[in-house]
Formats: sequence, C-alpha cells, structure tokens
Amino acid sequence: MSTRETAFTIHEPQSPRDTEAIKRKSLCFGVSVARGSAIVLALATLTSSVALAQGQIGTPAAPNLGTPASEAEIAAWDISILPDGTGLPPGSGTPEQGGKIFATKCALCHGPEAKGGTAAALIGGRPLTDGIDTPKTIANFWPYATTLFDFTRRAMPWQAPRTLTNEEVYALTAYLLSLNKIIGPSDVMNAQTLPNVRMPNRDGFIPRFPERMP
Amino acid sequence: MPGHRSTRELQNLEVAAANGLLHRRAFLTSGAAFAAAVTGYTLADTVGAQELTDAPWSRKQGTLVQGYGAPSSYEKHVARTLSNPKGEPRTQHGRTPHHLLHGTITPNALHFVISHSGDPDIDPAQHKLAIHGLVRRPLVFTLDTLARYPMVSRMAFVECGGNSAPLFSNEPLQASIQAIHGLISCSEWTGVMLSTLLEETGIDPKAKWVVAEGADSLALSRSVPIAKALDDAMVALYQNGERIMPGNGYPMRLLLPGWEGNMNVKYLRRLKLVDQPAMTYYEARTYTAILPGGKAYQFYFVQEVKSFITHPSPGLRLSGPGFYEISGIAYSGNGRIAKVMVSADGGRTWAQAALQEPVLPKAFTRFRVPWRWDGGPVVLQSRAWDEGGNAQPTRAELVARRGQTPKPVTNPLAFPGTHYNGPSSWAVDKAGEVRNVYA
Repeated sequence: MSTRETAFTIHEPQSPRDTEAIKRKSLCFGVSVARGSAIVLALATLTSSVALAQGQIGTPAAPNLGTPASEAEIAAWDISILPDGTGLPPGSGTPEQGGKIFATKCALCHGPEAKGGTAAALIGGRPLTDGIDTPKTIANFWPYATTLFDFTRRAMPWQAPRTLTNEEVYALTAYLLSLNKIIGPSDVMNAQTLPNVRMPNRDGFIPRFPERMP
Repeated sequence: MPGHRSTRELQNLEVAAANGLLHRRAFLTSGAAFAAAVTGYTLADTVGAQELTDAPWSRKQGTLVQGYGAPSSYEKHVARTLSNPKGEPRTQHGRTPHHLLHGTITPNALHFVISHSGDPDIDPAQHKLAIHGLVRRPLVFTLDTLARYPMVSRMAFVECGGNSAPLFSNEPLQASIQAIHGLISCSEWTGVMLSTLLEETGIDPKAKWVVAEGADSLALSRSVPIAKALDDAMVALYQNGERIMPGNGYPMRLLLPGWEGNMNVKYLRRLKLVDQPAMTYYEARTYTAILPGGKAYQFYFVQEVKSFITHPSPGLRLSGPGFYEISGIAYSGNGRIAKVMVSADGGRTWAQAALQEPVLPKAFTRFRVPWRWDGGPVVLQSRAWDEGGNAQPTRAELVARRGQTPKPVTNPLAFPGTHYNGPSSWAVDKAGEVRNVYA
C-alpha cells in the first residue's frame, strides 16, 4: 500500500513510541483524569455537526499522533539564530580568514571583494532617502548582524548550502561586516561579539501594524 | 462579433456611470436579452459569421482519456510566464495569467510560484515536521500522522508581498496584467489547523513568535506572531483537492490566510516557538518597504484590500464597440470584501459592481459590471472596500504615504517596492487596445 493512502488504513503499532501514542489516545477518549474537562469539551464539539461544518473542531480533540522528540534529537535541524544571539554556535572568525574563504567559495557569484557578479554586491549602499527602490544592503539596511550569520549558514553557498563550518560562517560574517566598515579589520566575531554589533540602520524600521506585533 | 449583438436591448437598461457602465443588476432584470451576449475580449481577430458546417472533429472518434488530464491543445497560451526559465542561480517567478482565467479558484498548475532556489523533490514518506522550542513537549509529525488529524478546508488567496510592484513606478510601465498582478492566486486549501498541533505540544507562556522553516535548499525561514499561529494558521496538505503542487510547497506548507505570501512557508519542516522574531533575511531585508523619508516598514504581515480589473486588461484587446462584461478580482487580508466600485472615466463617476457569491474572507471575490462600450477612449478602474471598513486607497493617497520611484521603472519583472494596494487603471483606446495608465 502506498504511503500516500495511509490516512485511513489501520495503524499497526511498530515501536514502543507508537504504542504509547495509541495508549494516550485511548486515554483521551476514555476521558482521562489529566485532561478531563478539556476532553469533555472536545467530545461535545465533535458531536456537533454544525461546528464540524464550520470547521470549528475543538483543538483538544488530541489525536496525539506526534512522536515526542528531545531538543537534542532536533538539534541538527535547529539552525535558527535570534537577534540576541540565541542559537549562535561555538566558534569564531576574523575578517582576514573570511576574505580567503570568500575568494574561494563566494566570489564566483558575488564578485571579487564582494563587488557583485551574477549575484548582488555585498559592499556599500546608497542612502535610503535616494528612493523607495534603493537596493537594500548590509551597510544601508540590515538591522541585525545575526541575520548575516543565519542566512549565510542556512542558504550559502548557493550550490552547496549548509556545507560551511561554523568557523567559516563566523569568518565570512566578520569579513562582510569589516568590508562594510561596520567592524574593525581585526575584530573577532563569535557568539558573544556578533549580537553586540550595532548595525547602522538598526533604528530605521517601523512595524506596519504595531497592534499586531506580539 | 459578440460586441455587436444586444445593443438595442442594452439601450433600455439603466446607465449607472459614465462611458457606458450599466447597473449591476442589468442581468437579473433582463437576463434573456443578454443570454447570447457573452464577453467579447479577444486575443486575435474575431472570425466573421459563416455558414455552419459539421467540423472534422465532429465526424470522427475522439482522443484517449488521460490518467491525469491536461487542458485543450487550444489553451496552450494559458500558462504562467517565467522570469528565469533556465534556472540560473537566482529566484524564479511564475506568474498567473489572470486575464485568461475566470471565477475565483486558480488552477493548481497556474498558481503563481516564487521559488528562491528551485522546488525540492521531496519524498513524502520521509518528510517530517518538527515543532519545538518554547513548548511543553517537542513533537515530530510525519505526513501520514498529519493526514489522520481533523482537517479543515478553506478558500484563501496567497499573494506575494511584491505583487503589483510595477505600479510603484512614477510613470506607468507598459506590461500585461500577468506581469503586474500575476503574483497572487487563490485556492481551496485543506489541512490541519496549527492550533490543533500546538495544543498537543503545549505552549510556554514566554513564546511570542513561531519561526517557520522550509525543507528547500535555502531553508527559507520566517517569524510569525503566535496570535496568528493560533488564529487561522493551517498546515496545508491539499490544494484544490489534490496534494499541494511542488512549486507551492509539497508535501505541506504553512498557510497564513491573508498574510504576505513569503510567510506561508513552503515545504514546512520546522516550527520553533521563541520569545523574539528571528529577523530572518526575508523579514529583515526583502519583504520590507522603504518609505519616502528613508525609514522602512517591516513586519507588514497583512495583504491589504485590493482589486483589479482582469477583463479587459493589458494583454487583452476589445474586438469592437458594444457589450462587454467588466470583471475583476477583489480581496482583503483583513476579511471579506464589502463593496467594489468601477469607473469607466478614470474615477470621476462610479458604478457599484455585483459580487459573486459566496463572498469569503481572505479569498478572491469576483466582481462584475455590465458595460456598453461606445468605441471611444475610456479609462477603467476599480476600488474595493472590506468588511473592516478599509478602503483600497487611490493612487494619490498611496503615493503620498508610500512614495513612488524617482525614475520610471522599465523592467516589469523588477520589484521597486512591496505591498502596493492602490488601484489599477486601464485605458482602452479606439482600436480596443488596453494600456496601463495612472488616473
């Protein structure tokens, strides 16, 4: 049977985890002690055909089919870097180291010294007051240096994303920040220094709908 | 010549606005008179009347039924336009041909696609969705397990934040409606409400945002406020009844009804609950909007109320004076469309358009106005209002707030701005040619 048809096939427990999940599910529909009131609500909602028709299925219906995973098991996928530095890995790099890596792994598209090629230049930038269509660059626009680390690590090089080591990403980040005169030529970028880099346009933003911001 | 048929009957109908706009209920009050007067927009010269004969295809057996159907061989021109057909290392855009479609549902193969690094060829049996971060217990879901959850279907448009960007040009750029407005489409999406899954992971009260990430080579990532995630966000598995097309996120995508297309992360593989936005490349840089003073809007989120006339529009030609139905699309990321007004004199006089039922929130609403073209030059324009009282701004209002380019834009595929929701004005000249103008 094709894997695409399994929604309505009988689910045979194949691992202790699956068995556990099914037990949990049984408990839920047996009105468990732990989630009693929520489950009663769920059953009441499920029996209402009107609610079903309107798509208002109660969230506590709890099929409970997800596989519990530890953060350690998810770690290999967890590449999110937050502006305060959360998620930055160990390691460090300098502009000089980054320049060498850039020449071999990045200049093919971004041009020598990041002056542009088939892909955008990564140096310089006009004042944003030049017009609403001013190209947005690291120097004139990006509010956080952590974005540079995050995007380089997750998406570059184009042909081989997620092949750079953390050291290489720190070095490339340092190189581009230095090239744009945002940090000094010998500044070291690591999990402590990178979030503290003050980007020139940090305060250049307005949320479009402040009331929708968390 | 479809344009010539019903002129006599039409003359008896109520005129709603200048240059031949008729009352929107004209069809209801005098339907029979219009039965034969279908729309007359053409892409090529109309064939004149001739003696009726039995065509060759009516006198032989037809072709084999196909396992997965394809449109008629006569419809090959109904296709997306491609910005990067050779797949060079940059974004590919496929734009929807709104001037060749009708109704409110975009066929899956014509749904617009923006693919920043190509569409990954994902084996659905191996794809996984992880939800973790500030949750009570992290969970991993397979497609099979998600397919067993209670599902919901809803109509929703998805619009690129850069759709309609050519209209930021300080002078009207000549391009088809497909180039101007082709980065929006509307589908029925079916999937599992994200709130259902978050109920099972539990949410730490410190969680304020959900960072969504795709399984494409860029691992494209966007931050979504938790309130939206718990409101109407869906992990969509089906598009118009079938599995989501690869270009639209197979085997699963995040659907955020009414919100900026790029946030509706395709190939969804990870949702991390966090206490601050990740300021990813696309939210910190790309889908922001530089304002005239040099500041920039970020976290625009909502695709605001907008409408445009698809019939006629640049890319179509009128075949001669007489009756036409003006038709277009209206939508709002804030809810239902409440009203659409149409002008044929560049915004001086207006007729209210009929709205095709059902009018659904955050979905396409098709509007229509009967029109008798006298063959003279006209400027057609539409404006929409949504149920929240939001009005589609005039171009002057929009430019006053958002600005326009200092120089004319010459490349219709460029993105001189984001989130344009002003009106579109289509000038029809005596030859029936349709051009983009500002009015």
